[in-house]
Amino acid sequence: MFTVAGIGFTAPWLLLGLVALPILWILLRAVPPAPIRRLFPGVVLLLGLSDDETQTDKTPWWLLLIRTLAIAAVIIGFAGPVLNPQTETPGTGPLLILADGTWADARDWPRRIDRIDAALDEAARAGRPVAVVSLTDLPAGDLPFQSADVWATRLPSLAPKPWDPDDAAVAAWSGALQGSFQTFWMSDGLDRASRAPLLAALEQHGAVTVFESPRPVVALRPATFEDGAVQITALRAQTGDPAATMVTAHGRDPAGIERELARASVEFGASDTQAGVALSLPPELRNRITRFQVEGLRSAGAVSLTDDALKRREVALIAGRDDREGLELLSPTHYLEQALQPTADLIGGTLSDILLANPDVIVLADVATLAPAEAEGIADWVDDGGLLLRFAGPRLAASDVSRDAEDPLMPVRLRAGGRNVGGAMTWGEPKALRAFAEGSPFFGLEISPDVTVSAQVMAQPDPTLADRVIAALEDGTPLVTRKRIGDGQVVLFHVTANAEWSSLPLSGLFVQMLERLAVSTRPARPDAADLAGTVWEPTDVLDAFGQVQDAGAMPGVAGEALASGRPGPTMPPGLYAGEDRRIALNVVGPDTSLAASVWPGRIAVEGLAVQRETQLKGWLLSLALALLALDVVASLWLSGRLTGPRSGAATALLALALLWPQDSRAQDDDFAVAATAEVVLAHVITGDTRLDQVAEAGLRGLSDVLFDRTSVEPAMPIAVNLETDELSFFPFLYWPITPDQPLPSAEAYAKLNRYLRTGGMILFDTRDADVASFGTSSPNGRKLQQLARPLDIPPLEPIPADHVLTRSFYLLQDYPGRHISRDVWVEAAPPDAELVEGMPFRNLNDNVTPVVIGGNDWASAWAVDTAGNWMFPVGRGFAGERQREIAYRFGVNLIMHVLTGNYKSDQVHVPALLDRLGQ
Amino acid sequence: MTQPAALRSRAEDLAASLPPLMAEAEHLAATVLLGAHGRRRSGMGDEFWQYRPSMPGDEARAIDWRRSARSDAHFVREKEWQAAQSVLLWIDEALSMDFTSDKNLPSKAARARLLALATAILLIRGGERVALSALGTPPRAGELQLLRIAQRLSQPDDRPDYGAPDVRGMLSHSRALFVSDFMGDVAPVAAQLTKAADRGVKGVLLHVLDPQEEAFPFDGRTIFESMGRSVSHETLKAGDLRDRYLTRLAERKDALQLLARRTGWQYQCHHTSAPAQSALLWTYSALERRR
Repeated sequence: MFTVAGIGFTAPWLLLGLVALPILWILLRAVPPAPIRRLFPGVVLLLGLSDDETQTDKTPWWLLLIRTLAIAAVIIGFAGPVLNPQTETPGTGPLLILADGTWADARDWPRRIDRIDAALDEAARAGRPVAVVSLTDLPAGDLPFQSADVWATRLPSLAPKPWDPDDAAVAAWSGALQGSFQTFWMSDGLDRASRAPLLAALEQHGAVTVFESPRPVVALRPATFEDGAVQITALRAQTGDPAATMVTAHGRDPAGIERELARASVEFGASDTQAGVALSLPPELRNRITRFQVEGLRSAGAVSLTDDALKRREVALIAGRDDREGLELLSPTHYLEQALQPTADLIGGTLSDILLANPDVIVLADVATLAPAEAEGIADWVDDGGLLLRFAGPRLAASDVSRDAEDPLMPVRLRAGGRNVGGAMTWGEPKALRAFAEGSPFFGLEISPDVTVSAQVMAQPDPTLADRVIAALEDGTPLVTRKRIGDGQVVLFHVTANAEWSSLPLSGLFVQMLERLAVSTRPARPDAADLAGTVWEPTDVLDAFGQVQDAGAMPGVAGEALASGRPGPTMPPGLYAGEDRRIALNVVGPDTSLAASVWPGRIAVEGLAVQRETQLKGWLLSLALALLALDVVASLWLSGRLTGPRSGAATALLALALLWPQDSRAQDDDFAVAATAEVVLAHVITGDTRLDQVAEAGLRGLSDVLFDRTSVEPAMPIAVNLETDELSFFPFLYWPITPDQPLPSAEAYAKLNRYLRTGGMILFDTRDADVASFGTSSPNGRKLQQLARPLDIPPLEPIPADHVLTRSFYLLQDYPGRHISRDVWVEAAPPDAELVEGMPFRNLNDNVTPVVIGGNDWASAWAVDTAGNWMFPVGRGFAGERQREIAYRFGVNLIMHVLTGNYKSDQVHVPALLDRLGQ
Repeated sequence: MTQPAALRSRAEDLAASLPPLMAEAEHLAATVLLGAHGRRRSGMGDEFWQYRPSMPGDEARAIDWRRSARSDAHFVREKEWQAAQSVLLWIDEALSMDFTSDKNLPSKAARARLLALATAILLIRGGERVALSALGTPPRAGELQLLRIAQRLSQPDDRPDYGAPDVRGMLSHSRALFVSDFMGDVAPVAAQLTKAADRGVKGVLLHVLDPQEEAFPFDGRTIFESMGRSVSHETLKAGDLRDRYLTRLAERKDALQLLARRTGWQYQCHHTSAPAQSALLWTYSALERRR
């Protein structure tokens, strides 16, 4: 081979072609670029003009250089240049190639195979017999010495194993070795007890050369959960330099796709062999994690599978409505939160979001109606094994849920109204609990005599009722009922979750009952005694490279073996499933530590690097192509086709690379900013253009009045599309009804219900109070019923005279729009509201009514055009003007009620109000 | 070629924003046809001018009885003497006018036709009479004349590479509008303008150019050809010619401007990349200018 400066050529004669380059230079130089023909009327003005210089008729020197270099690269490329031509080193006698074959080898296994391959090549050239042995997969009997070619064909089947060599087996094997041979030992770089004896045994038979990779070995211990965070510990064998390792957590996302869920950096100090990091994750994310792994490391030791020990129960709490802001002890979920906080992860949010998070338990405290989409989602979730825990309450008692037919998400049918015992107007004493029957999950719990029930919802007698009762009062009425659906169950407490109806939530029994229902149980790590006599079936196993594989039909392992925590050939690392839980067996146990191997000075330690021949042909031909491409661009530019007119195609190609897709989310952000920068009134788009215009004009008029008279200064109203727009930005929605508007989709209803539950208000306007009264007497009324059926609307009543709407800004008793009708309905006051002596108003419910329903066509009364003129006449003469004024005042009161809530119900203001009322 | 109806509608669009154009009429006696230019004296016309006491010699039927009945004397109703101006249009129909540098720009010919017809519409709405030199007919008023002009503009014939004004039958003291790229020889233009000046015809030279003719954005080895491919010029380095080309173009413009000034005409250069509205506005004011 012809060699120049470390580069050999396989076809050196081709290099003679380089001699032709100067000729090419001269030829190219003589040919100018081809002209372009252009139509140009101004040519008459050019006639007679001659070129100043004649230089450009020749190709410029740098273009020539590009072309000549391209040709030269082609010539040299085809001459077959090779970097590092190989030189050989011979050896003698039989050769034993010994590989550790552990998980620590897996990281650079291909390099080890390459090195073994190179050693086999050498042995084949020297005709030496070779044996290749892996310490994790020891051959039975004598060393299998064979020709190097045979071993070369078997080399691809040599794979590392995800466990450490068995010390006893290695000692037995090394003691049985016979004959004389040279040894190449491919070490994985980790220190083990069996190392030194084995080295001594091998040296009795011949010289030993050790090959070791300088790359560090990093491993992960099983993650633990402490102090509210996941503790991750990484180990390393080599110390000396500070290092940072990225650890990633993997698991399935809600869509079931395996992806990275979290990452943390582990920092090793200069002399540390282990370092930890605490990873604080949301419980929903933490429960999804199936394994931790060191980023960029393909090794079983760098992967740590997680099992149930890391999981906590996720409990979602949903109250009917978060009313009574600040009154924590009356909050429907307060006692549940107190009971569950220490042992479970509580999550809140909207029902549709919660379902995505797939919690273990969903608690519905006094939630009556669910949107169809939500109900369907919950039914599916229960069917898959979820536990739905429901509590009764005034809203459930007042609703029609599970009244005539059993609701799928209720365990029993309910009788209307419920019952009160032990109150001022009832006979009898508050009821205590009956002892739990055998077969009930609560069986064996001690009943405290303090626990009494004063109100409850009643189950309808039914053939199946007896089976479903799991707790009852002393008179036999069901207190807790349960129904199984698919893999899951629905449990109903017939009392409230707070102390209003019973003292049960105040007692320790409540916590115990929740525990028994597995609402709050938390798995603990079992010890060896727990596992004795059990059989565990592997579901997923790890290979040495850290890949998780399906276990297939592998046999089960005994619990005692699993408790030892040492993987071996019969028990590969992986995930083992038992009766009701799963245990992860990892390569690196909680007590493992790593140390670098130390070799005596007499042993030669080599790296794994092999000098490889590198073919340069491809690189040179690529260079030639790149130069030619450059030549194309340069030629175009030189002849004016790149910059001149009609160079559209060429420049378009260049510009194409610069195109960048636009962010479509900017639009959503604009909407959010417009809706939240200032207070904005909004109306629902009905699809009737004229009606939408009137609604918009009406809200504009009301906004102007608010701006003039109050400290509320709204921006221009916004039209809201229920299907696409986010509702939670708006405190108030105006919804005019037409008989022909489309029904919102299931998603839109879920959004509306969320809006109503979280304090939004919708003003429904049937606009027909002149011809119809409230109810189904008009097409608009029937449409309103149809529209509102899936909505979670509380019981309603006509606005009582002492409602806060009558005094939130102006003092009002009428609520006219364009029509004068007293039929305006709001959320009903609680039945226990009483008129206290000396007070003009009852102490009503504190919250904002979620709906106001009427038909007075308020938007038309408020509507102004862009010039500020009223768009529609209201009434006649002065009375009409007065009616319009009152309509505006009603609008002001409404918006004030939405924005300030129960402020005007505060007793603090009663004297001033009395004064103004003249009482 | 453009359909006459389409050309007409686009020209109507363009002209719609301007009031009817009344070209300056200097010597109305020469063109005695009736028109919209009041002479501030009594004569033939439609508009009321004055009542004057009847004099001996007035015909009995000239007496305005309605006015006379209100007084003891007899009155005669006089009308204002009105006359119309004639405007002659010459549009260059040569092939060089078909040039356009960008498919989004109209060709020079399209822009010239549009401007000419819009001007004609304004003139006819103003009561003037318009003639198109290519038609060879005397100036006429009325919508029918507009149709004829649009028809002729849309179907040119006899197309040389570069055009030269060849106008016969110019009425004395009438007005004229010449629209061309003036890329051809200047001598015929000069001769025509001199002839016009002799007859007291005043008018407007509208020089329509493509932006590329103004910029000369060429480089490299190029063969330039005229639209009819009768003239060609090869250069090895087009970029070097730019300055000298632009100098020649400026000289051409100066020559036209000088010619216009000497003959009492007005000159304007218009680029097809500029809106037609501005050129029409200038033409409107130039034709209406009174001195």
